[in-house]
Amino acid sequence: MFKSLLSRFLQSVLVLFVLFTLTFFLCKALPGGPFVSERARPKHVQEKMEVYYGFDKKTHEQYWLRIKHYLQGDMGLSTRLEGRPVIEVISQAFPVSFQLGLIAMAVAIAVGIPAGCLAAAKRNSLIDTGSMMVAMIGICLPAFVIGPILAEFFGRKLKWFPAMGWSSSLPSTWVLPAITLGLAYAAYLSRLTRAGMLETLSLDFVRTARAKGVSPWNIVVRHCLRGGLIPAVAYLGPAFAGIISGAVVIEAVFQIPGLGRQFIKAIESRDEGIIFGCVLLFGTLVILANLLTDLLGLWLNPRLRKSS
Amino acid sequence: MLRLAVVFCSALLLASCQRETAVERANREKILLVGNGDDPKALDPHLVTGVIESNVIRALLEGLVADDPAKDDAFPPGAAETWEHGADFTEWTFHLRRDATWSDGVPLTAHDFEFAYRRNLDPVLAAPYAEMLYFIKNAEAYNQGKITDFSQVGVAVIDDYTLKLTLREPVPYLPGITRHYTWFPVPRHVVLKFGKISDRFTKWSDPGNMVGNGPFVLKEWQFNRHVEVSKNPRYWNAANVKLNGIRFIPIENFYSETRAYLAGQLHTTYQVPPDLVDKAKAENPSDLKQEPYIGSQFIRLNTTRPGLNDLRVRMALSLAIDRKALCETIFKGYQPATTLTPAMGDYKPDAVVGFDPERARALLAEAGFPEGKGFPRYTLLIRSSGARTTSEALQAMWKKHLGILVDIQGKDFASYVTAQQSLNYDLAVAGWIGDYLDPSTFLLMWTQGNGNNNTGWSSAAYENLLTEAAHQSDPLQRFEKFRQAERLLMEEQPLIPFAWQARNYLHRPEVKGWHPLLLDNHPWGSVSIEP
Repeated sequence: MFKSLLSRFLQSVLVLFVLFTLTFFLCKALPGGPFVSERARPKHVQEKMEVYYGFDKKTHEQYWLRIKHYLQGDMGLSTRLEGRPVIEVISQAFPVSFQLGLIAMAVAIAVGIPAGCLAAAKRNSLIDTGSMMVAMIGICLPAFVIGPILAEFFGRKLKWFPAMGWSSSLPSTWVLPAITLGLAYAAYLSRLTRAGMLETLSLDFVRTARAKGVSPWNIVVRHCLRGGLIPAVAYLGPAFAGIISGAVVIEAVFQIPGLGRQFIKAIESRDEGIIFGCVLLFGTLVILANLLTDLLGLWLNPRLRKSS
Repeated sequence: MLRLAVVFCSALLLASCQRETAVERANREKILLVGNGDDPKALDPHLVTGVIESNVIRALLEGLVADDPAKDDAFPPGAAETWEHGADFTEWTFHLRRDATWSDGVPLTAHDFEFAYRRNLDPVLAAPYAEMLYFIKNAEAYNQGKITDFSQVGVAVIDDYTLKLTLREPVPYLPGITRHYTWFPVPRHVVLKFGKISDRFTKWSDPGNMVGNGPFVLKEWQFNRHVEVSKNPRYWNAANVKLNGIRFIPIENFYSETRAYLAGQLHTTYQVPPDLVDKAKAENPSDLKQEPYIGSQFIRLNTTRPGLNDLRVRMALSLAIDRKALCETIFKGYQPATTLTPAMGDYKPDAVVGFDPERARALLAEAGFPEGKGFPRYTLLIRSSGARTTSEALQAMWKKHLGILVDIQGKDFASYVTAQQSLNYDLAVAGWIGDYLDPSTFLLMWTQGNGNNNTGWSSAAYENLLTEAAHQSDPLQRFEKFRQAERLLMEEQPLIPFAWQARNYLHRPEVKGWHPLLLDNHPWGSVSIEP
């Protein structure tokens, strides 16, 4: 166990290193730079600013300097938000994205898994086709359609919830973005759960249980849920990493001060510090989420435990 | 079980419903909620160049002359109580008010202004907008490191409350210029507490540290969420400041912003997207504001490209644009431009360009492309986030009236700007927003080597006229020279102006003390909320 964890860790470091290298050189290949502005700056000012941020050095020197600074725990300064440490920008945005991700994930699980179980238990019934149809619609409708519709209806028309904004302590601001973000995942999750449950429900032990007179409810919840959830869980981990890093559209629609918006703005303004910071953070999240998923998978599926 | 869960969830949802909208609450607390487009890049006035930053900085700092809430050409006293100038407008003396202090109680003196100008011009600091101070004698040389002794620069502290400025040329409109944030004072004692005068990244302008002399003080800045300022009780005119605070909310998506406004979350928006203007006009006629703005939209031409180096071709492209149709169907509220500079004050430039498809066709034929035959296929560069409909309309007009095909290419901001600055484009949809109410803010950039020219065009005659204008101390004579220069520029058409901007935005009726202003610099201290 320890050995495999250690090798996972070393692999992760390598992945992050490659990720950074790729991002770095892709950034350098982009036209324009961080000091491009519609109002041109005098040349001597432009040159001085480049010196300030070390952009006057050769590309490979900048590359090694970045790595050196990262190893020393220095994430550098943002160029878009002049002089603000990258760590300050990210540490303001990350908790927001994380909280939104958690709430959205809770919505996804609370809606998706019961719906999938129900559909599987009542296979080919109206509930099954109905809920799977809704799920299909949920998967197909992108967030930039659902988000504005919810904001327009519940935010503007009924004024039940704010149409924009986010406050970590004000639940009314969570509702619309979390539902928008969570529903797409709920839809996918319900289909995965249904498939997993159907597979488990068709196994021999279920027939035996039925023959012994176990109630249908008990069969689903106590005997099959654990096995049936395996595909859903395998999806959840990477999905959670994606939900945190990829809520760009929702953040823009609902004006949420999360990482996605910072990331997009950083790319547009070639703010390398923030770009690298976000990429490394997202990379780490994906790695952690995958690790967690594998561990959860081990717990859910005893067969895997034996083989490892 | 299931029913219980449904009931529980519904109760939770209901419990989290809002009881009053953000605006209702803000009205109670007398806090103005302002849609401000994006986060400011910084709040140090020496590190920024934009309108978004200006909106916040004007709440925190105040220059020698203040903005008038209702009139563009009125100059109410700010940090200076009175001022006078020599006969030729090159020497100005400002007398500061004695009751002005910084928000930490330290008296505001002429030394703070001198310090601010010295810092802004410091070659090591590399302030991006130091150019705005080049009106001052020797400021440019000091900024470029050609002289190192600041006493040679035309800024002199006569005593604690008297500041004397010597200019490199007559500037009759100097009071208007000093309303720009590059001319604002910075607190010497605070800046130096956090670093040297030339240090770029110090913490002096962070929340908690920043000290100002404006009607408000910085309370909080959370990225992508808001910048919040609260009333400065030490402001000299604090008795007349009616707001308790302002929240500047960065909303880059103007559809979200409009929705937020309609949902009662903002007092005033940054911009209504043009395609929502008609709807807003129908549904909220009293909230929709459409006001002239000192901005111009144009097509920049790369005159080094074969074809575009021919004046007849440039003029043909210009005359084939139906500006009225563009403004009516796309821009909503913008005015068709007949020249680059929108009218301001006494400056009345000649109308040179307009819609004349027949002459356009004739010119194109004369240039060797009858009915557009053999015309090179140019690409019209736009910013990918905007101008899509504009560029398609232009494309269609050129096709219809000249029989030529133009491609459209959208690029992200940095690539778009870089392409123009490196003359790596054919045609580009661009715009310019004036910094102060004087034609020079639009005309000075079309000179040789100017970083904002980017057309490859230059003219000695044009630059001579500008120089002559600069040395005129009679304001009307000066405008006359500018008028001639602008006529020359327009007859050469290195840029094709097509619309004078307007500001379309939504504004709640309970916000008072807010009037149309060309520069859109509403003095925050005069704004009030009266529900």
